[in-house]
Amino acid sequence: MPYDPKTLADLLDGRLPWAETKEIMSQQKDPERFRMVRDILQERVRFPERILLPLTPHLYIVQKGADRIVKCDCGYEFGDYRRNWKTQARVLVRDTPELMAELYHPDQGADPDWEELREFYCPGCYALLEVDAVPPGYPVLMDFLPDLDAFYRDWLGEPLP
Amino acid sequence: MPEQTARAVGLRRRLEEMERLYRETGHYGGIDRLTLKEQDPFRYEKVYAELRGALVSARETALHISASPIVRNIGELCFAFYTPEGDSVAVSTGIITHVHTMSEAIKFMIRNDYDQDPGIAEGDIFCNNDPDLGNVHTTDVHTIIPVFWEGEMIGWAGGVAHQVDIGASTPGHDPIATANRFEDGFYVTAEKIGERDAVRKDFKVRASRSVRTPLYWDLDEKCRLAGVYMIRDAVHRIIREEGLDYFLRFMREAIEEGRQIFLARVRERLVPGVYRTASFEDAPYAGKAWHPEQNQDRMMHAPMTITIGADGSFFLDMEGASAPGPFPFNASEGSMQGALWVLITQTLIYDGKVNDGSYLAAGHHFPRGTWCNAADPTLAYGSPWGFLIPAFTGMFRCLSRGYFARGYREEIVCGYGFTGDPTQGGGILRATGQYFPVSNFELCSVGLGARGTMDGLDAAYAMWNPEADMGDAEVWETIESGLLYLSRRIKPDTAGYGRYRGGSGWEALRLVHGVTGMELYSFRDGAVFHGGAGLFGGYPNATGYRLFLRRTNFAEVVRERRPYPLGDADPARRELDTALRGEVHRSPHALILPQTFGDDDLWLCVFSGGPGYGDPLERTPAEVCADVAGNVYLPRTAENVFGVVVRPDAAGEWRVDEAATERRRAALRADRRARSVDYATFWERERRKLLEGRIADVVRRMYRESMSGSARWAEEFRAFWQLPDGWMP
Repeated sequence: MPYDPKTLADLLDGRLPWAETKEIMSQQKDPERFRMVRDILQERVRFPERILLPLTPHLYIVQKGADRIVKCDCGYEFGDYRRNWKTQARVLVRDTPELMAELYHPDQGADPDWEELREFYCPGCYALLEVDAVPPGYPVLMDFLPDLDAFYRDWLGEPLP
Repeated sequence: MPEQTARAVGLRRRLEEMERLYRETGHYGGIDRLTLKEQDPFRYEKVYAELRGALVSARETALHISASPIVRNIGELCFAFYTPEGDSVAVSTGIITHVHTMSEAIKFMIRNDYDQDPGIAEGDIFCNNDPDLGNVHTTDVHTIIPVFWEGEMIGWAGGVAHQVDIGASTPGHDPIATANRFEDGFYVTAEKIGERDAVRKDFKVRASRSVRTPLYWDLDEKCRLAGVYMIRDAVHRIIREEGLDYFLRFMREAIEEGRQIFLARVRERLVPGVYRTASFEDAPYAGKAWHPEQNQDRMMHAPMTITIGADGSFFLDMEGASAPGPFPFNASEGSMQGALWVLITQTLIYDGKVNDGSYLAAGHHFPRGTWCNAADPTLAYGSPWGFLIPAFTGMFRCLSRGYFARGYREEIVCGYGFTGDPTQGGGILRATGQYFPVSNFELCSVGLGARGTMDGLDAAYAMWNPEADMGDAEVWETIESGLLYLSRRIKPDTAGYGRYRGGSGWEALRLVHGVTGMELYSFRDGAVFHGGAGLFGGYPNATGYRLFLRRTNFAEVVRERRPYPLGDADPARRELDTALRGEVHRSPHALILPQTFGDDDLWLCVFSGGPGYGDPLERTPAEVCADVAGNVYLPRTAENVFGVVVRPDAAGEWRVDEAATERRRAALRADRRARSVDYATFWERERRKLLEGRIADVVRRMYRESMSGSARWAEEFRAFWQLPDGWMP
């Protein structure tokens, strides 16, 4: 059973009371959820491109002409969705005791010799998009590469533009 | 009922046939239609509910036989029913990781022709705790019985319970100092320990002399036996009501349905594609180890790739995992499969048929010869949870990206805290001269990662037991009688930062009292963040650390009726050693091997929070203010991380300084702009760290282990950093 858009909007915004959230968790999933959430998010963003897939609270894969790109809700474009968007981000690496201590007491943070924090920011709005906690020299992973064609064609039964 | 043996059954042939049918048809037992369910769904569901109810009832009843708080209060036991070939049909609640590990133990017996020798007969009792053939660690002990009906073997009933002590080289249930199998304690390798429904006396004698706490062993065994007999009675009752043919077909359909449900859930809730992450854990043994071969720092590497196929298939791959070694964190493939299974039951099929059908549907690769499939029975397997728990945080992160993309925000969980810092050891109580164990399990309630719509649960989650419970302090004191509680309280700054914060961790302060001698040890993350970070800009939860005081003036403080310290709420304030005199031992490394303690020594336990979700600057000031009021965050953390300035009003209530908050948040955003670099600069700087050898030995060792063990991972590593062929750090 589809939920009304207001309920879903409240869910997305973390405003839905726990009792209602729990009820949603306990129910059968609503098959229309993807389309409804996509529509809600489409109304919220200020760019005209069609959202194909939400990736993170700020990033979307959108259809821009013949291209499918990653775009921030601030409008910044990260390029083709098959390339890791992190390669277009601004990066702060916390790899010294001083930088780590800005966030964690030394007893409660990682030893920067063992592990560093990499903070990836949107170059447009400087929202913090992702934090990686990895040893120095660790490759940057692409967190998620969706199979958009299979998802739309085979799972949603909906053509991609 | 006449006694029968399984000799004529040919269990190995039956197992091979079931595996062939699955391989060739893709369906469990070759069942492509759930005919029983189609014909009479109410009858089918009734039988499943009866079996499931019997298993839950067995657990809830039998645990009262145990004397161990780990079993009685925390609920560290579970029961399951299996097909004759060893596939689980239904499970109880509890530590359901072991539903699959017992399956592996049964299949070990079948593949080794136990029906020929030592024989599998009605009334036989088998015991197993060997990690190399399906267990997690020796302290989890299986009791497994074959179940017959009118001479035909129709399945197995199994129960598992976590011991207070397993006779390892150090007391407790999760040894840390061990370097090989021969220190893991009492091993029972798929052994027939009884016949005609009675455990053999010689086994009882051996067991009682193999552990430090024979009373707990004996009552835990009776607890498991009571449970499996309750299950056997229930299955007989179901067969009397429904008929044998129906029950035999039902078991197979239930497993096939479990498989189908899993695949349907994947297609319903995720998005096809490739999800990747990596998790890490520290094992800082340098300068601490008792064995020369163990005396170096090590770091666990758990790369994880989950591929959801266009056909809805699921495959989890840990290619590139680091090496096993002379430490107790080695994991058997069966334990990894059990962990995979237990997380699946919490995130995809919590409302479905929970059985080995979902295990069959979850493709996986734990590379042989790595820490996650050590495949060497001579290694130590005392505490595989130490690596396994952080490794599987990656699974929640990966799946949550799928839930997010699909719009199912309510299913998102960023990960979980480390159920670590198990205070263990033992001592002699002065008043009685008796040995008492320290075998604490309050770690079974750590912070859950932030959700996609709300904060994580505070001090209320354990990845291996969905019914988390820290147990009453008073109950722990009844067995840990020389180690009293001074406090239990929420520990500030342990929750991972984010728009939604992780669940908070907590701390417990213990006092050594009335002992003639005592040893303690423990372990959790310290040098690296547990697992990985949070999601979507959320930060990892705080690491643990080690803090204890020896030879304090605690008795004097009490005698003079002065307030005594309650913990280490703010490490910068040093509440413990400013309030007391004594020798302070503080280390950012939480791993500590057994050390001796005496009266008036204080020992701090620090339990993990969960990771966060989203940008912390997007958390509302009101929420951050409530966090400060609730001791979840210190005021300076609210300001430095969340950009929220809070001050106490005249009544002492915390209030947000709106103007100061606005300025602080603007400053933090400007700081991001000023201090960050473009990706190319970042890449070049990181690459130079490698090329110039500016990485710690422990990190270098980890990379070399992964690159030596996996050509695929090595090639990817070199390609990413554009390093020459054959380059090694």
